[in-house]
Amino acid sequence: MHEDFEEIKSTYKGKKSDIIPLLQDIQIKYGYLPGEMMQEVSRFVGVSKSEVFGVATFYSQFRFTPKGRTHVMVCKGTACHVSGADKIIEGIERHLGVKEGDVTFDMEYSLESVGCLGCCALAPCAMVNDEIKSNISLKDVKRLFSKRKN
Amino acid sequence: MSELEVNFTIDGLKIKAKKGETILQAALRNGIYIPHLCYHPHLKPTGSCRLCLVENEESRLITSCENQPTEGMEVSTTSPKLDNAKITVARLLVANHQTDCLTCAQDNQCKLQEISSYFGIDEKNMDNLRYSITDIPIDDSNPFLKRNLNKCVLCGICVRTCRDRLGVSAIDFGYRGYNTRISTFSDGPLLESNCVSCGECVVACPVGALVNNENQKPDREVKTTCTYCGVGCGIYLGVRGSKVISSRGDPHHPLSKGNLCVKGRYAFKFINNPDRLTTPLIKKNGDFVEASWDEALEFAAEKLSGYREGYSFAAISSARCTNEDNYLLQKFTRVMMGNNNVDNSARSCHAPSVAALAETLGSGAMSNSIDEIEDSECLFIIGTNPTQSYPVLSMRIMDALANGAKLIVVDPRDIELAEYADLHIQHNPGTDVVLIMGMIKIILEENLQDQEFIDSRCENFEQLLESLEKLDLDYVEQITGVNVDKIKEAARMYANSDAAAIFYSLGITEHSHGTDNVFALSNLALVTGNIGKPLAGINPIRGQNNVQGSCDMGCLPDVFPGYQKVEEKEVRHKFQKAWNTELSPNKGMKMPEMMESAVKGDLKAMYIMGENPVHSEPDSKNIVDALENLDFLIVQDIFLTETAMLADLVFPGASFAEKDGTFANADRRVQRVRQAIKPVGDSKPDWQIISELAQKMGASTGFNFTRGEEVAAEIATLAPIYGGMVYHCLEDESRQWPCLSDEHVGTPILHQDVFATKTGKAKFIPLHYRPPAELPDEEYPLVLTTGRIIYHYHSSTMTAADESMKKLYDLDPVEMNPSDAEKLDLVDGEQVRVISRRGEIRAPIKITERSPESLVFMAFHSPETKTNLITSSACDPVTKTPEFKYCAVRVEKI
Ligand code: SF4
Ligand code: SF4
Ligand code: SF4
Ligand code: FES
Ligand code: FES
Repeated sequence: MHEDFEEIKSTYKGKKSDIIPLLQDIQIKYGYLPGEMMQEVSRFVGVSKSEVFGVATFYSQFRFTPKGRTHVMVCKGTACHVSGADKIIEGIERHLGVKEGDVTFDMEYSLESVGCLGCCALAPCAMVNDEIKSNISLKDVKRLFSKRKN
Repeated sequence: MSELEVNFTIDGLKIKAKKGETILQAALRNGIYIPHLCYHPHLKPTGSCRLCLVENEESRLITSCENQPTEGMEVSTTSPKLDNAKITVARLLVANHQTDCLTCAQDNQCKLQEISSYFGIDEKNMDNLRYSITDIPIDDSNPFLKRNLNKCVLCGICVRTCRDRLGVSAIDFGYRGYNTRISTFSDGPLLESNCVSCGECVVACPVGALVNNENQKPDREVKTTCTYCGVGCGIYLGVRGSKVISSRGDPHHPLSKGNLCVKGRYAFKFINNPDRLTTPLIKKNGDFVEASWDEALEFAAEKLSGYREGYSFAAISSARCTNEDNYLLQKFTRVMMGNNNVDNSARSCHAPSVAALAETLGSGAMSNSIDEIEDSECLFIIGTNPTQSYPVLSMRIMDALANGAKLIVVDPRDIELAEYADLHIQHNPGTDVVLIMGMIKIILEENLQDQEFIDSRCENFEQLLESLEKLDLDYVEQITGVNVDKIKEAARMYANSDAAAIFYSLGITEHSHGTDNVFALSNLALVTGNIGKPLAGINPIRGQNNVQGSCDMGCLPDVFPGYQKVEEKEVRHKFQKAWNTELSPNKGMKMPEMMESAVKGDLKAMYIMGENPVHSEPDSKNIVDALENLDFLIVQDIFLTETAMLADLVFPGASFAEKDGTFANADRRVQRVRQAIKPVGDSKPDWQIISELAQKMGASTGFNFTRGEEVAAEIATLAPIYGGMVYHCLEDESRQWPCLSDEHVGTPILHQDVFATKTGKAKFIPLHYRPPAELPDEEYPLVLTTGRIIYHYHSSTMTAADESMKKLYDLDPVEMNPSDAEKLDLVDGEQVRVISRRGEIRAPIKITERSPESLVFMAFHSPETKTNLITSSACDPVTKTPEFKYCAVRVEKI
């Protein structure tokens, strides 16, 4: 990873204002922000790692766990919330054995919740990779993720 | 009206603010309460909680914690507009706070309680505000403190404390909006973060979000001095019954100001540890058998009477025991045993400072005071890692940086402080002499020296010039591995400051050319006139709590108490008269010489008080051989240490919490140690054991002390620099030696008018580079350097007696640069073999960029890793200080 960072940092000066663009580059490269890379940023710009983490968590664009091959984003917007998004999330957590915001050990599935996906009429809904799944019920959970490997 | 005061009114009341004070500070000082939450007296205000708002003449609301009053200003603390603004904030805070006040450790001291009652907030009508109490799990990973963020009011005081006062930055604000909370890196448990468990944030947190795990209130408190390092912080030990249950910083202490490190604040459990020695032990047929005091003293007296002749007896005194204990052990050796064979662990640390600075300046101690640090203009830190070794001193350095001081760090390793340095010089280890002489050459070439000071107060300048002539700057660059431009920059930064202070410790002295290193620094300070004035000086930071005192007390083979030479006839006569006996005019043996002599069989009996040389000295196998070869060994300690295991007789000493006495800290400050509880079991204060032994051996006078105070009084009559170090003068304050009499206030800064050398002048020393004794080669390609880490003290017999301290840090890892680790195909944490010419040990590897390439680092605390099995016993030729800081090793994968 150290070499990757050497490459990423080559276009930066190491100023405090470089933190966000650096984090963005890292996320593009890895799909998330590995802890080691945040430490590299901290060393490079001379800001403590807890502060770098603080900056990163301030922006919702950054992820701290890798994405699985199948990335599930369950909507928690108002419409989906009232039609039981929380139950759906719990169901998926149980079925896939993964916690919200995390990824399965085999890196197959990752799960997170998001704000309104913009198709409230189809609530509750979720985005699985690039596909919208609508009107999800607890029963659907098993069907949707049947290819689960164990 | 004085210019230093500003007159203004609060609610019509006339108030005088001191220059620089904020409205809030002036109000609080005058007994006017203005609610506040994010304000802390030692931190820069951030104005984030908005509770301290006041209204000015123009009806504008301003934060009183950030704004200073102007002459004639009128502010009010209540108005409908203000109340409106503040009450809403206060209600929201209370609504979102977990309110289990009765069982909260902060009950009665909580700032939120204070605010709530000030605004008369009523729980009942708050339901409309109750969003939902966030349910953040409590972080109780750290053995000493816990974080309950459900009580956090986000004042940021902990973040600022950790960042600005400690320089640690373990925590910061994370997330955003309603989810904002204080987070470690990656939001992991505190134990896994870089937190050093100092507990400063716990003390500073205004509410119960950060609390100590153990927070029982003691039934009484005793003011005393921390027993762990040369900073000498002031503490209050809390006692319940006969147990020490708490420790807290003394906010009025001149150096520590209430701050403490993890050891001072939390590592007191060793005092009442069940493994403490509680009765004398006599070894019979290889096993220890409990004995009565009478029996044990009788045995010792009878045995020791056989070693009064020649050089067959020697004593090692303790840098942890009090001055009184140390004084009596050297007196015992000189009076009862008839020789000067007494030494202390300063031998293996600061003996080069004592030897070199005594020759050049006339005194081997810190020339200036720790309380000056925060006002410094320029700090030159070389061969010392205050963050780990002298934590509270490093807090003063952080204060200095906040006040605008410049910082030069010279260390081959990327130590924590280097992050804050204006300049960090990473020279090749062992090349300090060349580096410093190079700086001096540059200073003289660029005419930055203080010629007037050199001419009027120094001698031997010609010789220095001569030795510099041959020094070529390219050669300096080549040997040190540092770019000359960088050395020039450092030289200029140091020399161009009105006053610049040098701080160093064992990274300078623990070399086979340690004395030369100190000479070099002394030269540097002298050419720039940085001696004998405030904010300057040359300051060897003493490691152990009373290593300074142990030397002051004459636990050295060549001097009586107060550095009076045994070879000088008049001095000897004075002591002969006072002690009523003949005294040997010959210097005694230094510690390594004692060991050699024991191996040869010449030295036959030893008395070791409060030291663990088997663990702490280099090439420890050799020490074991020496001690095993003795006919008779007495060890006096509070635990059965590795050294005590080898003894024929063990005396149980009392810990610092069980006796009255004094410690001398790094800046020559003599401070009271006070008895908090009675000695555990049958243990006794060390001075008392020695007194009783001497009396058993027939001393009719000279050892009949009944209190520590009487010993101190005798010291005051014999050691002029301790003339005023008597208990009634040390009750409320500490004093720095030389302190000549009761009336004398002591000497914060040495060498102000004359130097204490024979000629009254300071002396330059010409120097040439000598490489370290054991250079790396093909077989042993890495350099091993050693040091301390914050969590433990010395051989960790005291700190590791507490399981919690071991949880924070146990085995000593080998710190290695990533590129070296890659060559050996090592992953972080794996066990490796570290091999030197003297042996091999196993330790986990820690891959870190703190170590430069080809340099590995290990601490020497853990009895399991045993670092000193492999260190070199090559010594400085003058002082016999071992080269702990440099030996060649090889690391192997297992
Ligand atoms: S205990 Fe000390 S190091 Fe740890 S978070 Fe608190 S202030 Fe920082
Ligand atoms: S933990 Fe305490 S000090 Fe830190 S932000 Fe919260 S309330 Fe303030
Ligand atoms: S800095 Fe030293 S004296 Fe102060 S609390 Fe820590 S160990 Fe004790
Ligand atoms: S609330 Fe779920 S799509 Fe809008
Ligand atoms: S105390 Fe002034 S804003 Fe918090």
